[in-house]
Amino acid sequence: MSQTLTKKLVLFFPRYDCEKPIIYHLVKDHNLIVNVYRAKVTPEEEGYLVLDVRGTEPDIEKAMEFIKSCDVTVNNNGKGVTWDEHRCTHCGQCVTHCPTDALHIVDAGTRRVEFDEAECIECLNCIRVCPFNACASAF
Amino acid sequence: MKTYEQINDRIASGKAVVLTADEIMDYVDRKGLEAAAKEVDVVTTATFGPMCSSGCFINFGHSKPKIRMSEAWIEDVLVYTGIAAVDIYLGATQLRHGDPANMYPPGEFRYGGGHVIEDLVAGKSLQLFALSYGTDDYPRREIRTYFTIDDLNQAIMVNPRNCYQNYNVAVNDSDRTIYTYLGVLDPRRGNATYCSAGQLSPLLNDPFYETIGIGTRVWLAGAHGHVYAEGTQHAGACERTPDGVPTEGAGTLALTADMKKMRPEFVRGVSLRGYGVSLALGVGVPIPILNEQILRHACVRDRDILAPVIDYSSDYPQKTGRVICHVSYEQLRTGEIRIEGKKIAVGSLSSYHKALEIANLLADEIRRGEFLLSAPIQKLPKDTAMKSLVIRKKPV
Repeated sequence: MSQTLTKKLVLFFPRYDCEKPIIYHLVKDHNLIVNVYRAKVTPEEEGYLVLDVRGTEPDIEKAMEFIKSCDVTVNNNGKGVTWDEHRCTHCGQCVTHCPTDALHIVDAGTRRVEFDEAECIECLNCIRVCPFNACASAF
Repeated sequence: MKTYEQINDRIASGKAVVLTADEIMDYVDRKGLEAAAKEVDVVTTATFGPMCSSGCFINFGHSKPKIRMSEAWIEDVLVYTGIAAVDIYLGATQLRHGDPANMYPPGEFRYGGGHVIEDLVAGKSLQLFALSYGTDDYPRREIRTYFTIDDLNQAIMVNPRNCYQNYNVAVNDSDRTIYTYLGVLDPRRGNATYCSAGQLSPLLNDPFYETIGIGTRVWLAGAHGHVYAEGTQHAGACERTPDGVPTEGAGTLALTADMKKMRPEFVRGVSLRGYGVSLALGVGVPIPILNEQILRHACVRDRDILAPVIDYSSDYPQKTGRVICHVSYEQLRTGEIRIEGKKIAVGSLSSYHKALEIANLLADEIRRGEFLLSAPIQKLPKDTAMKSLVIRKKPV
């Protein structure tokens, strides 16, 4: 029995025609557990889908082949939300607005802020509240 | 007892003992006040945060033929031209032309005066557009050009109010999210925001303005500047703890320095959703340890500094004067305060991380003999309070 993995994916749809229900196939044909963070897929427009997929390594690999066959660009880095360390002043304004503590204070003495991307669910609160525009969304 | 001259001699010879306001308390606890006051020459204090009452004077030099600018914009941000021909004042909170502000609330305020100042210090190329009515000696009626800070004759930051001695903690008692200069506040006290470097903050380490006064040399975003006046809204006659630490805004400083010598990481444009734009600045102020009392004041700790918690949905805008309670910076820095039994998550707008960096940078400059101290030429008042604006129906 192969080990279960979780992988964060950012899918980019260049003028997707919406005919293939991708998520359905990920669940039904590839046995994946899917957790969608955010999505915007509109006919005749560019779109995106940010999600976690959980399953065995072979299942995920096969699913990736399927996704690529759909004329969708896959970004494995999973960076829908980015934090610019150099723009951040470590004020800590974001930390109370971040529901998962992806943005958190690492050291009580120096009050340095860090971003743990794996914890980010892309709620976009940080983009709303950061006074220094240190957080950005890829879409 | 030491004098400014003795301390400056020790700095110049590279022998000065300098500690940050973050380090001094433990040092004094170890050595005792008397011994430490003899040994330590300077304690460095610092702060980094939004300081709205900031801006700069710029002189562009003259074009050929000349123009007497009557209206001007830098990167579409309006500047004040009601002074001489090519002198302008650029204010931190000015919005960019065409910014919808809060037309569709909350506005994003992505770019404005504070961002122009950041870009200027960062050496970026900026667009100037100016108009004039034309005169015999200044015939040009319009100009559009690009410049960097190196092209300017002068770029001098002149800030009417920086370094608030202490500051409010904002909460929101209403049922909807509110957007303030202290950030986004969730309904029903969903969160709280403060804005002070607490035990590192300049005026909290000199509560009675014994060494910080007009003429004091300061570190303003990396440049060596000075205090040129009491800051606007300076109110030394405030509520204080038995130790003399203000429990409300209290004192402020008016600061100036040459922008050509500033470091861009300490001059940062600020976008406050639903509120507007501003400028965050890094300021460092050295405190000469002339005697034991000055050292004792510089040993203030976060647990001894209280900030008033104020409802920004009602009491603040309506100016009721009501304070919900006071909390210490030690409590605030844990990231959680408890008011009337409710736990409230705390965020900050002031960066302690950057303030600490500045206190250390200034301490290093002093240790290397590159930053000498200056005695104030005039003390800041301790007895003035803040006045309100009276709405009158008739002339006085």
